[in-house]
Amino acid sequence: MKRSTLGRAFVLPTTAALAFGLVACGSANEEGSSGGPTINGAGASSQEAAQSAWRTGFLDNNEGTINYDPVGSSGGREQFTNGGVDFAGSDAYLDDGEVAAAQERCGEGGFVEVPAYVSPVALITNVEGVDSIKLKPATIAKIFNQKITTWNDPEIAATNEGVDLPDTRIVPVNRGDGSGTTENFVEYLKAAAPEQWPHEVGDEWPVSGGEAAQGTSGVVQAVKNGDGTIGYADASRAGDLTTVEVGVGDEFVQYSPEAASAVLDVSERVEGRGDHSFAFDLARDTTESGTYPIVLVSYVLACSNYDNADKATMVKDYLNYIVSAEGQDAAAEQAGSAPISDDLRSNVEPAIEAISSSNSGS
Amino acid sequence: MSTSLKTPEQDPDLNTPLGGVSLTAGQLPRSAAPTTLVAAGVAGLLLWLLADWAIVLCALLAAAAYVVIVYTWSRTVEGPRKATDRFVTALVSGAFLLALLPLISVIATVVTRGVARFDAEFFTYSMIGVTGEGGGIYHAMIGTLIITGLATLISVPVGMLTAIYLVEYGRGKLAKAITFFVDVMTGIPSIVAGLFAYALFVMVFGPGVRMGLAGAVALSVLMIPTVVRSTEEMLKLVPNELREASYALAVPKWRTILKVVLPTALAGIATGVTLAIARVIGETAPLLVTAGLTDGDNFDPFDGRMTTLSVFSYYEYQSPGLFAEASFDRAWGAALVLMIIVMVLNLVARAISKLFAPKSR
Amino acid sequence: MASSTEAPPRRNRTPRRPGDRIFAGVSTGSGVLILVALAGVAVFLVTEAWPALTAPAEDIPGGEGLVVYIWPLLFGTLISAVLALVIAVPLAVAIALFITYYAPRSIAKALGYIIDLLAAVPSIIFGLWGMNVLAPVTVDPASWLSEHVGWIPFFAGPASSTGRTMLVAIIVLAVMVLPIITAVVREAFTQTPQLHQEAALAIGATRWEMIRMAALPFGRSSIIGASMLGLGRALGETMAVAMVLSASAGVTFDLISSENPPTIAANIALQFPEATGVGMNTLIASGLVLFAITLAVNMIARAVINRRKDFDGAN
Repeated sequence: MKRSTLGRAFVLPTTAALAFGLVACGSANEEGSSGGPTINGAGASSQEAAQSAWRTGFLDNNEGTINYDPVGSSGGREQFTNGGVDFAGSDAYLDDGEVAAAQERCGEGGFVEVPAYVSPVALITNVEGVDSIKLKPATIAKIFNQKITTWNDPEIAATNEGVDLPDTRIVPVNRGDGSGTTENFVEYLKAAAPEQWPHEVGDEWPVSGGEAAQGTSGVVQAVKNGDGTIGYADASRAGDLTTVEVGVGDEFVQYSPEAASAVLDVSERVEGRGDHSFAFDLARDTTESGTYPIVLVSYVLACSNYDNADKATMVKDYLNYIVSAEGQDAAAEQAGSAPISDDLRSNVEPAIEAISSSNSGS
Repeated sequence: MSTSLKTPEQDPDLNTPLGGVSLTAGQLPRSAAPTTLVAAGVAGLLLWLLADWAIVLCALLAAAAYVVIVYTWSRTVEGPRKATDRFVTALVSGAFLLALLPLISVIATVVTRGVARFDAEFFTYSMIGVTGEGGGIYHAMIGTLIITGLATLISVPVGMLTAIYLVEYGRGKLAKAITFFVDVMTGIPSIVAGLFAYALFVMVFGPGVRMGLAGAVALSVLMIPTVVRSTEEMLKLVPNELREASYALAVPKWRTILKVVLPTALAGIATGVTLAIARVIGETAPLLVTAGLTDGDNFDPFDGRMTTLSVFSYYEYQSPGLFAEASFDRAWGAALVLMIIVMVLNLVARAISKLFAPKSR
Repeated sequence: MASSTEAPPRRNRTPRRPGDRIFAGVSTGSGVLILVALAGVAVFLVTEAWPALTAPAEDIPGGEGLVVYIWPLLFGTLISAVLALVIAVPLAVAIALFITYYAPRSIAKALGYIIDLLAAVPSIIFGLWGMNVLAPVTVDPASWLSEHVGWIPFFAGPASSTGRTMLVAIIVLAVMVLPIITAVVREAFTQTPQLHQEAALAIGATRWEMIRMAALPFGRSSIIGASMLGLGRALGETMAVAMVLSASAGVTFDLISSENPPTIAANIALQFPEATGVGMNTLIASGLVLFAITLAVNMIARAVINRRKDFDGAN
C-alpha cells in the first residue's frame, strides 16, 4: 500500500492545484474587469446575434455588464412581467393580459416597448437548376399548405417565364419549434392570401406533413441538404441559397433591409397601450411599392421607472444605443437586420428618454 | 481453441487409425478464411472503383460474399457444426466493425471540424466584446468545471451514502421506498429537472434568479440516481467475507465500510461517477433555465450567470448571426473541448481508482 | 453472493459506538434527502401539470384535448426507442461476444475502452453528427427503399430529401445506447463460470456452441436488464432527437419520410421556449407521461435483474 499512499499524496494536491490555478485567473481579454452596474435581459432567440452586437458596441464606451438569455419570447415576457429581468426581447408585442402585468411590474410610468430588431424573413429554396424565382402570395400559401406539390406546376410557371422548372417534388421546410419567425410568416400568409391559408395564426406551424427543422440553423441546413426544398428563415442566414422574389401588388420584390423596414412605416401603431409602447400591427397585405412584407419585428421591453438609479441610467443608455443609427448599423452588420427608419427613431426616442428612477437621489 | 475433432460418421473404417484419413482432413486449410476474405475484399474494391457503386453497398456485398462462400465451403468440407461456427464468427466480427463505424465517424467529424479553432485565443479569451470572428471559450470552460464540479460535490456524497445505506443498513419500508424513488428519478426529463431547480431557487431568492449553484442543483437531480445505482451495484459485489473478517477483528461497522468495503469497490464506483458526470456535462436546457448565458468570466457560483460549454456550443450553433462560419467553428471547437474533458475525466477516474484500490485481488 | 450481503451480522456483539450511530445516521439521512428531493420534484410536476389535466380540450395546443396531443408523442417516443433497441441489442451482444471471446486478449481491453468512450460523448455532439453527417448519407438508400420495398409500411415513403427522418433518429439513438448495453452484457459474459466454458470445449463443442450453451444462458437476464437500461436512456433523450428528427405529423409507421411523430422529450425541448399558460402545463403533463413510462421500464429491469439473482446457482 506504500506506493498507493505516495500516489495519493501526489495526485490529490496536483489535481487541486491545477483546478485552482485554472480558476484563479481571468480570461486574457477581460483583465481589470469593468465595474459598473449589471443589467439582465431575456427573451427571443432571434435577437441573440443583434443583442451580442449591441452589448459589444455599447460596452466599448460604457462601464458595466449586460446579459441576455435567449430563452424564447414568451419566457422573456414572463420573466419581464414578474420582475425577473430588467429588459426583455420579444418577437410579438405584449398581449392584453401581459400589458396589465407589465404595468403592475413597472408601476406608474408604465413600460417601454420599442421595435428594435427588424429582420426580413427570406423564402429560401434549393431547386437544382433554378437560381431565381418569383412567387405570388397565393402561390406561396398553396406551396406551404401543400396544395401545389411540384415545381413545374402551372401556377409557378405563370410567374416565372424563361425559368426551366424541373418536375421535382416540393418539400416545404418549416420550423419544428415554436418561434416568432413562424408566427410572423403565418401572419403574412393569413393577411396576404386569406383564401389559400385557412389556418390559425400562432407560433407553432399549423400544417402537418412538411419537413420540420429545429431553429433557423436547422431550417437552413434542411433546405441546403434537400432537393426541391423551400423554407423560411431570417434573411441574414440565407447565404448562397436562392431567395424568392415575393409578389407585392403587381411587382416582385427581393428582400432588402430598406424594403423590410419600409413596412414598419406603412403599418399602424396599436393604440391604448400607454405613451411609451410602440407596438405595430404590420401591414402584411400592403401593395405599396418597394416594401417587403415578410418581416420579423422584434421588440425590446423595459420599464419607464426603476428603483435603482444606476440601473435606470444603464437601461436608458442601452436602449438609446440600440435604436441609434450606430446601434442599428451594428446589428445590421452582425445580425443582418434592417435598420429602423429615422422617422421611427425620432418617434421612439422620447419614450426611452423618459426612463428614470423614482429615487434618483440614491 | 478450435479443436479438430472428427465426427464418428466421417470415420468409416475403424481398423486403420482415423480411418486412413489424415488429421487435417475434413478441415479447411488455415489460409482458407483469410484468402476468401481478401478475395471478397478485392472484388468489392473493384466494384467500387470500376462499376462506381456506392462504397457502403460494395462493402456490404463483399462481406455477404465472404460469409456465403466460407459457409458453403466449410459446410461441404467440415460439416454443419463447423460451418455454423464460422458463420457466427464472421457475423460477430462484422457486427463489431459495423458498430465501430459510427464511433469513428463521430470522432472524426468533431475533430476535423473542431480543430479549426484550436488556437491560443480560443482557450484564453472569453466572448466579451467579441462579434464575428475570434473570441474564446475560457469563460465556458470555467463555467463547465465549476458547475459540474459542484454538481459532483453534491451528488457523489449523497449518492454514495444512499447506496451505503441501501446495501449496508437498509431494511424494510424506507429502503424499499428509496430504491423505488431512485428508479423514478432516473426518468426525470432533463428540462423538468431544470425547471424544478429554478422554481426552488425562485422561492428562496426571488424571480429571475440565475446562478451557477442552481445549475449544479439541476444537474445533481439528474446525477444522483446514476451514482446511487452504480455504487449500489459495486458495493453488492464486495464479498461478505471481507466484512465478516473485519467484524471479527472488532472493527466497528462504520470503519469497516470506510476502510474495507469502499476501497474494494472504488474502481467500479469511480467509473460509475465519471459516466454520471459524462451524462450531465453535455446538458443544455436545464442549465440555460438555471444558470443563464453570459459573455464573460464568472468565478462565483453563488451570484450571476455562468456559461457552460454545452450551452455555449448550442447557442453558437443556433443563433450565429451573419458570421455563421465563425460561430459554427466556435460551436464545433467547444464540442471538441467538451469531449476531450470527458475523456480526460474518464482517464483520471481510472487512474485514481487504480491508486486507491487495494493491491491484492 | 449478493444475497449474503443482505444479512449483515445481527448478532453483532460490538456495542453501538457513537461513530457507528453517526455514520448510520448520515447515510440514512442522505437516503431521506433523496426522498425529500423527489417529493419536491413530484409536487412540482403535478402542480404544474394539473391545469393541463383539468383544462377544457380546446385550450390544449391543437385544440382537441390532452390525449390527442400526447398520443402521437407517446407513439413517437415508443417507436423510436423500441426500434433503436432492436438495432442496438443484437449489435451490443455481438460486440460483447467479440470482445470477450473472439478478440485477442491484448486488444480486447483497449476495444472495451473505445466502446466505453462512446458512452461519454455528449448528446449534443450526436445531434450535430446525426444532422450533418448521418442524415445526408441516408437519402439515397431511403429513396431506393421506398421505390423497391415500399410495400413494407416502414418504408412507404415518399423518402425525405433531407434525410432527417425517424430512421436516422433511431440509428442515432441506437448508437447512443449501444455502449451502455455493451458494458453490462460484457460484464455478465466475463462472469460466466470458466468451468462451464472449459467443459463445453472439452466435449468438443465449437466456439459458437460453447457460447450458446454456457455464455448465453448465463447472460440472458443480463441482456434483458441491459436492454431495459438502454430503453430508459433512449426514451428520455432530448437534444439529439430534437436536432435530428423532422417532427411534423401524427402517428405513422413510415420511417423514411419527412413526416414523423415527435418524441416527448424532444417535443418539450422544442416547444418549451415559446410555451405559455396551458401550453406549458401540457408540456409538463407530457413529461409526466414520460416519467411513468421510464418508471415502468426501470421496474421491469429491476425485476428481471433480481430474478437473475434468485436463480444465480451457476457458481
